Amino acid sequence: MIEVKDIKKGFGDKTVIKGVSSVFQTGKCNLIIGTSGSGKTVMMKCLVGLFEPDSGQILYDGRNFSEMNEEQRKELRQSIGMLFQGSALFDSMTVEQNVMFPLDMFTKSTPAEKQKRVDEVLDRVNLKDAHKKFPAEISGGMKKRVGIARAIVLNPKYLFCDEPNSGLDPQTSLLIDQLIKEITVEYNITTVVNTHDMNSVMEIGEHILYMYQGEKEWEGSNKEIIFSKNKLLNDFIFASEFLRDAKDMRMLEMKGKIDNNRNMDELLK
Amino acid sequence: MKFFTEFGSYLLTLKGMFSKPENGKMYWKEFMHQCSEIGIGALGIVAIISMFMGAVSTLQTAYQLVSPLIPLSTIAQIVRDTVILEFSPTLVCIVLAGVVGSKIASELGNMRVSEQIDALEIMGINTKSYLIMPKILAAIVVIPMLVVISAVLGIIGGRIAGTLTGILSPQAFDKGLHQYFKPYNVFFALAKAYTFAFIIASIPAFYGYNVQGGALEIGRASTRSVVVSCILVLFADYLLSALLL
Repeated sequence: MIEVKDIKKGFGDKTVIKGVSSVFQTGKCNLIIGTSGSGKTVMMKCLVGLFEPDSGQILYDGRNFSEMNEEQRKELRQSIGMLFQGSALFDSMTVEQNVMFPLDMFTKSTPAEKQKRVDEVLDRVNLKDAHKKFPAEISGGMKKRVGIARAIVLNPKYLFCDEPNSGLDPQTSLLIDQLIKEITVEYNITTVVNTHDMNSVMEIGEHILYMYQGEKEWEGSNKEIIFSKNKLLNDFIFASEFLRDAKDMRMLEMKGKIDNNRNMDELLK
Repeated sequence: MKFFTEFGSYLLTLKGMFSKPENGKMYWKEFMHQCSEIGIGALGIVAIISMFMGAVSTLQTAYQLVSPLIPLSTIAQIVRDTVILEFSPTLVCIVLAGVVGSKIASELGNMRVSEQIDALEIMGINTKSYLIMPKILAAIVVIPMLVVISAVLGIIGGRIAGTLTGILSPQAFDKGLHQYFKPYNVFFALAKAYTFAFIIASIPAFYGYNVQGGALEIGRASTRSVVVSCILVLFADYLLSALLL
């Protein structure tokens, strides 16, 4: 579990995060959503320690990250996995070497054990024939899978994903979302996903934190979002007419006013 | 003011390199990789430049020594000292500042922009230590070797050019090479090579590591690092000559 208590972060005169608090539960997909410039990337960078918050606390299972010394942080970071927006794979290494890198750096396992673990995680993310390929030779979706494999290879307790669906087609996005969800449950980890992909919100958003201009505007689940009356949230999530119609339809479905299993062919006649 | 800010930031980057390695084996692997990248990667250009540099200095020295009172073997002596004292350490290092420096700056810049450095940080790796230290150490080990190779090839180039053009016989050249040889000159050349190696690796590493922005900024950082390295190499050259000669 990660607890965020009233964190603030600014750059120069501009305050980007204005006192946000939240709790990211273990075994759940926690989403941070918001428009571009709302502070969600800065928030995530504060969470993983790439930025130092100006004030507030970040507690990893009760351990205050801000009060840790460099050694303690290093230790904690080995239990953190992160998937970057651009995957951040090492260009000069093959897929296999990329995934093996954390094992080489932090474990004393034998080469055979490491290879076994790499094969396991690459299988887990459904990548079987790309071991010897370089990042430049694989697609965006495959890069994300390799990024996930590298993030989970050390069995992390916390997984951070920064816009995992950016640049992917809707179908691949869905597969990546499902993979993140499955891994979260399977490994019982605390997953925090930074996204503005509405499919992800509806698909895996068990806990959603909506940020607006550096503040927490709304918090809830993907089920609650349908019934939310928060105007800013609704304008953000259901931005198009199509999505607003879809929302109305879903509300009617959930209230039992229209049949869930309605025959679309019949309706279209 | 900007100079002091940048210099302070450079010193802090260097200070940040000194920490206990997370895994000595991986650091050693990276060090050896960098030795190969810098050494083998630059060997070809160093060999070509050195041969021609020696050849040209033989021809130009012969052109200027017109007095019949000066023995021809003096040409070899002048070529030897020029190559060892100046051409090999300074000229080769200026070239290396371009070849190696731009490579280091663009490699680290690309890693920064594509978040690879952030990925390493989050894994709990001291990126300054893992990415910069092996490059500087590799440069310090390999560049003096390249300078020695360059000096040898420069003298060989001078000998070949002297023989081919009929300016002086190989025997006269060899005699000149042994005349008034001061081993201290080799020490001086190596002192310069070690100093320049540190500059050539640390300046581009600093600029590359601290790139902010995109592809355009990587290019800018790379150019800037080469310019600053060249100026510092020339400045250090003057300083070392004034202090050690």
